[in-house]
Amino acid sequence: MRWFGGSAQVQSKPAVKSSTGQRSSRRSTGFTEFTRSLAGYKDLSVLDLGQTSSANITFLTQFGGRVYNEDILRDSLDPSYAIRLEDGSPSLDGEKFFAENLNYPENHFDAILCWDIPDYLHEALVKPMVERIRKSLKPGGILLAFFHTKDAGPDSPYCRYHIVNGDLLELEPRPDFRLQRIFNNRHIENLFKDFASKKFFLARDNIREVLVIR
Amino acid sequence: MWKPRPDEKPVSSNPMPQPNTPAPSAPATAAAPAKTNATFRAEVAAHIGKSVVVKGELSGSEDLYLDGEVEGTIELRDHSLVVGPNGRVRAHITAREVVVHGKVEGNVSGNERVELKRSCVLTGDIVTQSIVIEDGAFLKGSVDVQRESKTEARKAAASAGAGQSSAVALVGAQASFLEHK
Repeated sequence: MRWFGGSAQVQSKPAVKSSTGQRSSRRSTGFTEFTRSLAGYKDLSVLDLGQTSSANITFLTQFGGRVYNEDILRDSLDPSYAIRLEDGSPSLDGEKFFAENLNYPENHFDAILCWDIPDYLHEALVKPMVERIRKSLKPGGILLAFFHTKDAGPDSPYCRYHIVNGDLLELEPRPDFRLQRIFNNRHIENLFKDFASKKFFLARDNIREVLVIR
Repeated sequence: MWKPRPDEKPVSSNPMPQPNTPAPSAPATAAAPAKTNATFRAEVAAHIGKSVVVKGELSGSEDLYLDGEVEGTIELRDHSLVVGPNGRVRAHITAREVVVHGKVEGNVSGNERVELKRSCVLTGDIVTQSIVIEDGAFLKGSVDVQRESKTEARKAAASAGAGQSSAVALVGAQASFLEHK
C-alpha cells in the first residue's frame, strides 16, 4: 500500500466515462469451483482486481478474513505511467506502475479474482502482472481469470463483475475499455506456465474461464 | 483546532441519525438516495470548511463534518465523521461511523459502520462492522468486516445485567476486536 508518497494524479480517480449498459447475469462454473475452494480457509485473504463492487465485498467477507480491492485497469489509465518507446509508439512504464500498484508481500493471498483484466490491460503490463500475482499467491492459492475467445466488437465490452451468489455473476458493461487481444489456449498456458495447475471451462458466451492453482 | 459553529443547535448525545442506508449485505444499487451536503452538514455539530488545512492530531468527542484538508490522525472514537465532497484526508481515521464523499488516504476504522459514497476515493484499509459502498466509489485497499465489536458486547452486557457471565462476554469480544487490529 502506497502511503502519502503518491502523486496527486495517482490519488485521484482517473477520468473514465460513467455511463453503463444494461446488466446481465451469467452462471459461471469457474466461479462456482472458486467459491467451493474458499470454504475450507480460515482467515481468508482475497484480492479482487476488478472495479470496486459492494456486492463482491459483501459476498467475500462472508467467508471471514480480509478482502482486498485494487482496480489495476483503472489505475493503468493514470497519465503519469504513459511513456513513449524509442520508435515513438505509446506505452506504459511498467516499472513505475508496479512500484505503485499490486504491491503485496509474497505468499499473501489465498485467492485472487482476476476476472478478464488481462484481455483489456496494456500489453506491457500483462506478463509482469501475472508474475506479480503468482508471487503474492500462497502456494496452493487459487486464481480465477476469464478470457474472451473471440473479439465480438461491441458484443464483448468491458464488464464489471458483481457476485450475486456462489455460481451467479452479474455483468455490468462499461464503455471505459476496449478488448486489447484474444488469448488462445496456448497463450493462456504460456501466461500461467509457472503455476502448478490450470483448469479450463469454456462457456457458451465465448468466455473461457480458467482456474489456476499456484 | 476546530470548534462548533455558534449558530447551530446544541449537540445531543447522538446527533447523527442512523442514515437510511440499506443493510450492509445489500448491493450498491439498492442504496438509498444520498443525503445532500446541506442536510448532513446541518446534522453534525462541528464543521471544518473547505478552506481549512489541519496538520497533526485531530480528536474530539462530538460528530464532525470535514470538508477541508487534514494530514495526520483523526480520532473521534464514539462519534461520527463525514468527509465532505471537498474533503481531502491523509490520515488514519478512527470513529464510530465514517461516511466518505471526498478523498481519503489512510486506514479507516469505523467501529460501527463505514459508508463510501459514489464520489469517494479511498486508498487504505478499512476495518468495520458493516460497510456500504455506493456504485462509483473507488477503493484501493482492504476491507475487514468484523462481525463482533465492543459496542455489541456492551449492549449484550447491559441487557444481560451486571452478572459475571456478561462481563466475560465483554472481555471476550474486546479480545476479539483487538486481535483483528
